[in-house]
Amino acid sequence: MEIKKGVAVSPGIAIAKSLIIDSEDYRIPRRSVTPPQRMIEIQRARNAFKTAADELTQLKAEQKTIEQRKIKDIFAVHLSFLRDRSLRKRITDLIHSESVTAEYAVSATLREIASNFAKVKDAYISERAADIYDIERRLLRQLVGGKREDVEHLTEEAVVVARNLSPTQTAGFNKEFVKGLATDAGGRTSHTAIVARSLGIPAVVALEDLTETISGGDIVIIDGNRGIVIVNPDDETIRQYEEYSHEFAELGHRLDAIKEKPAVTRDGVRITLLGNIEFPDEAEVVLQKGGEGIGLYRTEFLYLNRPSEPTEEDHYQAYAETVRVFKHRPVIIRTVDLGADKYTQSKRFAPEPNPFLGLRSIRFCLQNLTMFKTQLRAILRASVLGEVKIMFPLITNLQESMQTKMILRDVMEDLDEESTAYNRDIKIGVMIETPSAALTASTLARDADFFSIGTNDLIQYTLAVDRGNELVSTLYSSVDPAVLRLIRTVIQDAHKAQIELSVCGEMASEPEYIMLLLGMGVRTISLTPPMIPEIKQIIRSVTIEDCNNVARAVLGMNSERQISSYLRDAARKILPEAF
Amino acid sequence: MQAEENTLEKVVCEMGVEIKNADGLHMRPAMQFVDVANQFECDITVSNNENSVDGKSIMQMSMLAATYGTKLKIKAEGADAQQALDALQELVEEKHFDEPAPSDQKKR
Repeated sequence: MEIKKGVAVSPGIAIAKSLIIDSEDYRIPRRSVTPPQRMIEIQRARNAFKTAADELTQLKAEQKTIEQRKIKDIFAVHLSFLRDRSLRKRITDLIHSESVTAEYAVSATLREIASNFAKVKDAYISERAADIYDIERRLLRQLVGGKREDVEHLTEEAVVVARNLSPTQTAGFNKEFVKGLATDAGGRTSHTAIVARSLGIPAVVALEDLTETISGGDIVIIDGNRGIVIVNPDDETIRQYEEYSHEFAELGHRLDAIKEKPAVTRDGVRITLLGNIEFPDEAEVVLQKGGEGIGLYRTEFLYLNRPSEPTEEDHYQAYAETVRVFKHRPVIIRTVDLGADKYTQSKRFAPEPNPFLGLRSIRFCLQNLTMFKTQLRAILRASVLGEVKIMFPLITNLQESMQTKMILRDVMEDLDEESTAYNRDIKIGVMIETPSAALTASTLARDADFFSIGTNDLIQYTLAVDRGNELVSTLYSSVDPAVLRLIRTVIQDAHKAQIELSVCGEMASEPEYIMLLLGMGVRTISLTPPMIPEIKQIIRSVTIEDCNNVARAVLGMNSERQISSYLRDAARKILPEAF
Repeated sequence: MQAEENTLEKVVCEMGVEIKNADGLHMRPAMQFVDVANQFECDITVSNNENSVDGKSIMQMSMLAATYGTKLKIKAEGADAQQALDALQELVEEKHFDEPAPSDQKKR
């Protein structure tokens, strides 16, 4: 039994067999096998060599022209390596002597050989290291490739363990069987965390070397409440956790009971709770949990896991499906926020040295008008089906906001010419997620129907912290005084301009921050669907006067630590069982 | 008795060769070397000053990283040792692995 501590990012308890996903770019972690299992691993390595050699023989035969002779030579060399008995022996010896998995033995051996090449002074020879890496990848595809597919074709419950999870990997999850997530890297607002919360499964991140201490198939407990992962727990621990998990579910049921009740404070102030979603099928979850609409419909999923750009019809179908679920309740569709961490089509968009300060989000859309207009057309067409609003991400100045609206008007004119129906009075909102937007909120408010504060990016850009980097992720905080001052400015400017305002970042899903947000004047909150009941429970337990007092106290404090502990205490008094 | 028999049957030959193609013993030449070596029954060991490797393994041969001008010693043990050495010498020093020597490159 081994207990690993990480950062809890999505609540709940999962007890299941582990499924380990390796990324091709990462070093294969060292994983031990039991002595009897060594023969199986050796056989796996042999099979991988054989299949890879067959594959190469085929490829080599396909290179027929004279121009392809060089490629044919390269394949011949690779084939020669795959047929090299002493290479195979070195790998199987390693499996035998160190009791490690086939993929580890393959990777470790070939990387050692490659590093020997890289050391040679002769450039021509040292460059051959690339060939060795290529052979490594080919073998690993045989060994790990199948496993990766397993995530999509799971037939039993499992928890997914990985170095890190990319949006593309999580988009392929079979949600019925994935019961929890645990990753070496990541922070509170990493993609893994967001996905886990939207699926309502527990997740722990920043476990540093978990993938190296775990073997596929090990029983794992993921405690998303305390940020603990237990590998190969003993029977007593499993029993305790089953009990704990039961209690936790009870709390969930109790909270579900308030689903039908309104989100009203004890002194009668009505708060609107909306859901953040990523996929159309999550719309149902929002309803189940008592959400009153969609406050943030991320649309990047349309661009994941597909070889070509989505068509207008792909967009339209996805939006129509969601809007129909909500009929006349609001659905705020955010235009695509590609780039930076959601960088999915690396083949087409050359990597940037500083992607978070680069061509991402609305900037990307403004430079790719055909793609952008396709999405705008689909949103406008869907606007007749319900109460659709449109929201633009990462606006940093008035000019961008005006330019974006101009493009929207162009698209409207096109639709007019074709006599295609759309809602002419569609509400247009701006996401406030950079310090520049927050500081000029009074200007932006003149040109917008509503604001939504995207706290994740606002925090990262204000505090200059990469939210996914575990080395600095402790500096990332929703309640840093600098962040709170910006949020207060935005709220005040929205009120002055009499436009709607909501908060849609992860901050809005944190129970301890709710009183503060209400006290600062927020009345609409959009959050991850599984958290809606808990947040509603808190809202129903407080008075606005309590909240105002909390906000007043906090805005007078100068240290993040002081604010955090003050808020935790305040929340603990309201809903003790959740903390 | 048995040991004696073995020594009697075993033919051991040695020969020095020099790498004469400009790019040295990189992957493709190493493959050609190994392909030729594997046509023979005898054991083949190749050494530079530092290491001795199996001449039938591309992994080991390519790790010799023999550049232009490197002198290698080839040792063959077995019934067809002499034939193996002749074939390998032809490949390395006469055919230069079908690649140009530095002087040829200048001419082009």
